[in-house]
Amino acid sequence: MSKTVKLRKGLDIKLVGEAEKVMESLPMPSEVALKPADFHGMVPKMVLKEGEKVKAGEVVFHDKYNESIKYVSPVSGTIKSIVRGEKRRILSVVITADSEIQYASSSSVNVNDLNGEQVKEKMLAAGLWPFVKQRPIDVVANPNVAPKAIFISGFDSSPLAPDYNFLLEGKEADFQTGIDALAKLTNGSIHLGLNGQTMSAPALINAKGVQMNRFYGKHPIGNVGTQIHHVDPINKGEMVWTVNALDVAMIGRYFNTGKFDATRTIALCGSEVSAPKYYTTILGAQLTGLLDGKIKEGNVRYISGNVLTGDKVEKDGYLGAYHHQITVIPEGNEYKFFLTTGWLGHGFDKFSNSRLFPTWLLNAVAPNKKYRLDTNTNGEERAFVVTGELERVFPFDIMPMQLVKAAITKDIDGMENLGIYEVAPEDFALCEYVCTTKINIQDEVRKGLDLINEECM
Amino acid sequence: MKFLENILHKMEPNFSKGGKFEKWNPLFETMATFAFTPKLVTQKGSHIRDGVDLKRTMMTVIIAMIPCLLFGIYNTGHFAEVAKGSSIAASYWDGFGTKFTSGLIVVLPILVVSYGVGLTVEFIFGMLRGHALHEGFLVSGMLIPLIMPADVPLWMVGVATVFAVVIGKEVFGGTGMNVLNVALTARAFLFFAYPTSMSGDKVWLSGQEVDGVSGSTALGDLASFMSDKPVFENLDAYYGKYSLMDSFMGMIPGSIGETSTLACLIGAAVLIFTGVGSLRIIASFFAGGFVMGMILNAVGGNAYLDLPAHFHLVIGGFAFGAVFMATDPVTAAQTATGKLIYGFLGGLVAIMIRVLNPAYPEGVMLAILFMNVMAPIIDHYVIQSNIKKRLKRVKTA
Repeated sequence: MSKTVKLRKGLDIKLVGEAEKVMESLPMPSEVALKPADFHGMVPKMVLKEGEKVKAGEVVFHDKYNESIKYVSPVSGTIKSIVRGEKRRILSVVITADSEIQYASSSSVNVNDLNGEQVKEKMLAAGLWPFVKQRPIDVVANPNVAPKAIFISGFDSSPLAPDYNFLLEGKEADFQTGIDALAKLTNGSIHLGLNGQTMSAPALINAKGVQMNRFYGKHPIGNVGTQIHHVDPINKGEMVWTVNALDVAMIGRYFNTGKFDATRTIALCGSEVSAPKYYTTILGAQLTGLLDGKIKEGNVRYISGNVLTGDKVEKDGYLGAYHHQITVIPEGNEYKFFLTTGWLGHGFDKFSNSRLFPTWLLNAVAPNKKYRLDTNTNGEERAFVVTGELERVFPFDIMPMQLVKAAITKDIDGMENLGIYEVAPEDFALCEYVCTTKINIQDEVRKGLDLINEECM
Repeated sequence: MKFLENILHKMEPNFSKGGKFEKWNPLFETMATFAFTPKLVTQKGSHIRDGVDLKRTMMTVIIAMIPCLLFGIYNTGHFAEVAKGSSIAASYWDGFGTKFTSGLIVVLPILVVSYGVGLTVEFIFGMLRGHALHEGFLVSGMLIPLIMPADVPLWMVGVATVFAVVIGKEVFGGTGMNVLNVALTARAFLFFAYPTSMSGDKVWLSGQEVDGVSGSTALGDLASFMSDKPVFENLDAYYGKYSLMDSFMGMIPGSIGETSTLACLIGAAVLIFTGVGSLRIIASFFAGGFVMGMILNAVGGNAYLDLPAHFHLVIGGFAFGAVFMATDPVTAAQTATGKLIYGFLGGLVAIMIRVLNPAYPEGVMLAILFMNVMAPIIDHYVIQSNIKKRLKRVKTA
């Protein structure tokens, strides 16, 4: 029983710098890092010390409060340093990589011979569990609670997103094995969301043992949260797991080869990249090698992930655990004179969902025009004044402004009633983009979810 | 503009923390952020942001009010000339320049007082709270003059503005936090605090009352139908003085900016197109007024009750209220369904008060203020229905 969902609400932000579908390989980075902050709310407990040797797939740290969830090294090498911040919180574990990756010994397994518990154990031991996330709260899944369904989005609709069809080429077998493994973990369905507007890759379209749902519309149509809401919404007390389609292939690869092979192809994109392309690198890779010589001159912002939900990183930072793209856009830390490029300017350089800017006109005249947007907030933070603008980009039967206000005021009952269990911060990314108030809405939703996690889960 | 930017850089240390004029930082920041969109950048979450900000939004509302302001100035000028009994008073469009100038002489001081007093109060609160001016008053400062009678004493405008900004807005926390529409609070304050000069048949009067010239308005005359001493014998006589077309164009006496339905509709077009004003509220407000007019027609009984429903929409401050007052997003209902209910009831109550309550010749102001208070309750029930839908899902699942 598959579903077809067509949505009108949403917004496709058209940016300059989409990655050309050309794959280039890079020498493996000399350094990789695991950042606990990538896995929200997780407190790491180190297993290895500085200076110790590690093979790819060996445990570096585990979750302090759930020891079964292990975090493993993507490369073989030496633990170079454990970087700590305030209160000795671990910010990152930096590993110097060997030139040749040595994998921890293990052999391939046929998923079909295993039962659910065994699959779970395998995945936990192999360090694959962190790629399974749960809703509500949007954190690494709790392996002890059975989910009612598992959702996989087969495409990414965010600005300059990597093309999953391109990245899944030739990975049909791995993807299917990944699906088979996940299917053992739930009595419910595996939902695979496909983009109804384009042809999907064979890996997706020929996947077996899944319920395929087709989606038509604008971003956030590819967000798994949107898909869950329109296929099988989460009620209080229910649990749903989500896995990124590209990570499904990685999970499958583990079962097929017995190796924790964390190489991943990422899109290097954005207006400040001279030639946006796809590059093969590895989970947690240091970015210097990737970025050197490929970025235009000037003051730029490096983002691990997409422009709406990614993390700000330095040029010598590291690729985030859930990210499959690096976006480089201009930094906007300069004054803008109000009549030329500022708040009362003609606005042809700005992309706005509101008709206060002539984006609507450009959309009509030149529908393919792409924009070069910088990181300026284009205004100062204000109280909520304008109403109805968040609703236009939020395709949920949830009242976004009321929910955000409940989150800001720490109103637990209000959040529960208004549907906090169904959402993740990323679902509010467009709301944050369009909001006149310039409030960091995703951050407020995240704080709200943390509170719910503390009080109600 | 590098030149201005350099000045800004040079002055900035003086106003920042520890500088000579640290106290005056809100004032400096207001000026600086007016001239230059500041160099604030996103830190987390969405790295890019929409171009829209509150300054541009508010500026759009002001632009939308310009037709009302210009027409109001001319209309005020015309009736000032009528009151003087000058020769150009006979025809509405005669002596365009003279009338516009004399209108300007009346309106400009009111505008200056409204902005001057209001912004001063806002700055004082800004300095107390250590934040720059929030843009809300830019619109309120324009709305206040437009809903004042032309002969209002300037000191009353000032007092009303102070009251509206302090009690209407700042005590609740400033822009975005107020319960009642700020401009209407100013109008209501005058209405109740100085009833002798603001009510009775002198309400909405433009220009001075001179022998032989009626200073009353369409609404005042209509209200007299409800009393023993009607101004007109019947509705036909009324149409003779205030035709539908004149009322629509705004060529009748009334508060400065409210008379022209046409100018209001131009403003409405700007607001609806840009999305700043809610089409739902504006349309349902008109619908509510029209429905109440029809109901009154069905009841009938005297000339005022028999006045065709569409007349109600073009006289008094109905159109102005619907377009610029009811749509204030802070005080209106905030949910989509809530906006429809809010607008409809607002229009309904406005005409009900206008016709049935002899004490208030114009009901729009009170109706909108009343609905401002009711808006959270409307929203509450709309939100509850969303919550119930979600709870129902659990039970059926």
